[in-house]
Amino acid sequence: MSSTFDTIANIIAETCDIPRDSIKPESHAINDLGIDSLDFLDIAFAIDKAFGIKLPLEQWTQEVNDGKATTDQYFVLKNLSTRIDELVAAKGA
Amino acid sequence: MRLEYFQLIDRIADLNLAERKISTEATVPSTSTIFEGHFPGFPLMPGVLLVEAMAQTSGWLVVAVNRFGRMAFLAAVKDAKFRMFVTPGQKLAVTAALIHEGSGYAVTKAGITLEGKAICDATLTLRVLDFPNDEMKLRMRETAARVGFPAEVPADG
Repeated sequence: MSSTFDTIANIIAETCDIPRDSIKPESHAINDLGIDSLDFLDIAFAIDKAFGIKLPLEQWTQEVNDGKATTDQYFVLKNLSTRIDELVAAKGA
Repeated sequence: MRLEYFQLIDRIADLNLAERKISTEATVPSTSTIFEGHFPGFPLMPGVLLVEAMAQTSGWLVVAVNRFGRMAFLAAVKDAKFRMFVTPGQKLAVTAALIHEGSGYAVTKAGITLEGKAICDATLTLRVLDFPNDEMKLRMRETAARVGFPAEVPADG
C-alpha cells in the first residue's frame, strides 16, 4: 500500500487511540473504526499539516448529503489515500 | 466583562489579518455572583471562563478572517494550562493566533497574560459554519460594535 495510507493510518492510530494493526486500507473511518465528526477534525488537521493540503471536508459532506457521493468514496481509507494523492498532485501542478 | 451575560471580552485591542492574530482586553469584574460560589471567602475567576475568553477572542479572529460571513463555534480545547490565580478587578490581555484554516474548522493557539505574565493558554478547535439564522448574525454585529470589531474588516495583507 502507498505511504499515504501508512501516514493516515498512523495519524488515526495516534489521534484516536486505535490499534494501528486494526486499521486497514479497506477500513471505513466512520463505520468500521467508529471515528466521529469531532475526532475527524483532529485527523483532518493532522492530514492537512502532514501533506500541506486542505481536505475539502465541507464539499465532501455536501456531496454525500446531496446523494452525489457515498461516504465510502471519501472515508474508506484506501479511497481517502487516493483523494489525498490527488490533492497533493493538484497542489504541485 | 459581564460574566452573567457571558460577555468575556471588553474590547478588541488589535486585529491583524495579515498575520492572522488578534488581541483583546478583558477586565475581571470586581463583583459577581459567580464569586460567591467560586470560592466563598476566596474569589477566583473560574478556569472555564478563562477558556471562554480565549474562545471568544479566537472566534472574533475567525469571524474576521471570514469577513463576517461565517460563525465560529467552540469544538475542542486542548492542552489548557492555568498557571496563576485570577482575581476580581484584574485586567487581562487575551491573544489568539490562527494556526490552521481547515475546511469548516479552524485551529487557534490562544493565551491570557496579566501584566506580561502568562496566566493560561490552550489550543482551540472551532467549527466554522454559516450563521444559523439572521437574528444571530444581527446580534453578533451588535456585539461586534460593542467590542470595537472593525466596521469594515480590512483586506488581507
